[in-house]
Amino acid sequence: MALTYDLARAPDLSAFLRKEKDGTAHLELLVKGARCAASMSKIETAVAGLPDVTTARLNLTEGRLAVRFASSRGDASRVIATLDKLGYPATPFDPAKAAEAHDQESRRLILALAVAGFGAGNAMMFSVPVWAGLFGQELGPATRSIMLWLSAIVATPCAIYAGLPFFESAWRSLKAGKANMDVPISVGVILTLFISFVETFLNGRDAYFDAAVSLLFLLLIGRWLDHRLRARARSAAADLLALQAPAATVLGADGLERVKPLSEVAVGERILVRPGERIPVDGFVEDGVSELDNALLTGETAPADVRPGDTCRAGAVNLTGQLRILAIARSEDSAVAAIARLVEAGAQTKSLYVRLADRAASIYVPVIHSVAALTFLGGLAFGLGPREALLRAAALLIITCPCALGLAVPAVQITASARLFRKGVLVKSGAALERLAEVDHVVFDKTGVLTEGRPRLIEAPAQAVALAAPLARASAHPLARALAAEAGPGLRATDVVETPGQGVEGLIDGRRARLGRASFVGLDGVRGGETELWFAFEGDTRVRFRFSDQLRPDAAQTIADLRALGLTVEILSGDLEGPVARAAQTLHVDQWRSGQTPQDKAAEIDALTAQGRKVLMVGDGLNDTAALAKAHAAMAPGAALDASQNAADLVFSGEALSAVADSIRVARAARSRALENFGFSALYNLGAIPLAMLGFVNPLIAALAMSGSSLVVTLNALRMHGAGRR
Amino acid sequence: MGIILILAPISVALGLAGLAAFWWTLRNGQYDDPAGDAARILMEDSDNRIS
Repeated sequence: MALTYDLARAPDLSAFLRKEKDGTAHLELLVKGARCAASMSKIETAVAGLPDVTTARLNLTEGRLAVRFASSRGDASRVIATLDKLGYPATPFDPAKAAEAHDQESRRLILALAVAGFGAGNAMMFSVPVWAGLFGQELGPATRSIMLWLSAIVATPCAIYAGLPFFESAWRSLKAGKANMDVPISVGVILTLFISFVETFLNGRDAYFDAAVSLLFLLLIGRWLDHRLRARARSAAADLLALQAPAATVLGADGLERVKPLSEVAVGERILVRPGERIPVDGFVEDGVSELDNALLTGETAPADVRPGDTCRAGAVNLTGQLRILAIARSEDSAVAAIARLVEAGAQTKSLYVRLADRAASIYVPVIHSVAALTFLGGLAFGLGPREALLRAAALLIITCPCALGLAVPAVQITASARLFRKGVLVKSGAALERLAEVDHVVFDKTGVLTEGRPRLIEAPAQAVALAAPLARASAHPLARALAAEAGPGLRATDVVETPGQGVEGLIDGRRARLGRASFVGLDGVRGGETELWFAFEGDTRVRFRFSDQLRPDAAQTIADLRALGLTVEILSGDLEGPVARAAQTLHVDQWRSGQTPQDKAAEIDALTAQGRKVLMVGDGLNDTAALAKAHAAMAPGAALDASQNAADLVFSGEALSAVADSIRVARAARSRALENFGFSALYNLGAIPLAMLGFVNPLIAALAMSGSSLVVTLNALRMHGAGRR
Repeated sequence: MGIILILAPISVALGLAGLAAFWWTLRNGQYDDPAGDAARILMEDSDNRIS
């Protein structure tokens, strides 16, 4: 839902400006629809031409427009109005969130990667002559010493800088009393550098400067891939947040409208909610009559009437009339807050999930470290001397360093999520894919997930659709829109008057006609169902249109697919028994419950988890949010409320429910690729450890083995590209 | 032999120069908007540089 503005009653958007110290102001907008050079130059020229604007620059990749004003009193609404006129709807970003979006971490990682690449390449240049010396070529001890020192000068600063992300993470994990994968990496790198210095100083043969840096280089690739995966999902989520009710139109005491970020709306303020907008905070209706769509809040499909004195809850969509609301709660304290607390509790249980790589590391780290200690002690016991014994232990640490764990898992996951991204599924993190692969039970919400979440015409007298269409086109009511969609484009009625909560009246070919409730067309005593519309020309017969929220066309196929994958399926809905039973029957689902509150749903997920089931929750509404957060894995459609999308691990856009089955298939393929890679590196280590213990490993073998094993796991990860294609 | 002592530092210096250049492009925000930069070369009056 993009907010639109017009110049005539431009609201004050100054709350979205970020004021700089030098008196200028900065505004960031999410612009929809700009795709090519022509639209970019059109937008930039038009906005830069506005008074007070110094620069306007559009980031075409992210669809963000950065506008700088010469003074802190810049007119943001004018910029939006200008963009709107050009045909590009724009939404302002909350200044706090816009700042968060600029990704410092990614820059730091890529710089570390560049430094490690430089260090690895140049240290290797000096290592090659030394390696050649290993095969009895002519290399005097003096030359070798020079080469090793040059190698040390280049590699050490690079290794320290590029290793910082690992050292920091290892330190954090040790302080928390755990050992993650970065602990052996850090110990390995630091010990290797230390030993290599000692060897160089003592004019020794084996120095592993190049190995230490190239190890970091390979691992940083994995680290950066993992980071990109999360950063992309985060920025997509930020865009969604900006699009969904980020702002409320507040009426000031002076009667002026100002648009404020949600978090700044205070109790007792008067808020204007136009048809099509979402209710921003809990409140009393002061003025106006309308219907509210609570589908995302409770799962009910039928709209609810509101009139002055009624309360309305944040998250409901205002359908027909303009409402003035007195805020009775702040955004954080609105009815949403109780659900938010459940979400928090769920998110905590989710953060307890240990990722595959970390689980492998928890076995791997103690084993490798004790084997290394054993090598050192064993070497001493067999009379090797401390220097040779330590050298062998260090060689063992560097050759067994967990490249496969650090690089292969992120590589698998980023190829898997790129696949899913092309299918319109957004994966929020690598852990989400891992959890999805373990799922054995799927719980669906009904409204908006199994169904399309909007009414569709199912029953109408012949030719009545074409007759009523001109009037339907003039209304914003969802039932009227469904009717208009059925009829296709065409004429509009004239002299249209919409009575909120009742219907529309207008002239079609000069004849007065009405479309709306039974009572609105003069039928008293007929118990009007909520999902029907009546239409009549003045003094003529009345005809009835019936609507129903239809199942998505591929819902049955998806459920069959899920069963074929060995999963069990259940429906939990907040809707009434009738519609839920009908949907369950059509889809051949035996397990279903209706009339579920958010707490019921969360409790049901808890009960299933207690039985040892791994549950995937697919839901869109606020009533699903707690369940989404508690479930082992969670998916939400792109049309869902922002709270639900935040609680979900994966968000699928588009109409197709088949994304659910596809995602599970891809997640499972990714899991088996990752496990294959673990198997491969276990095998590799089984071969490498004895060699290192017996002292057969020299720097050349270490370099070859390390890059060779990384290459194998990466190639295996790329096989993901074809997975889940069926 | 002596030539190595001259050439080796030169090659490292060239590598450092490349690294510094990359650091400059990164700081300069040249990877922030690949799609936009690709489109910008087609614009006639493109004198609003990266700020």
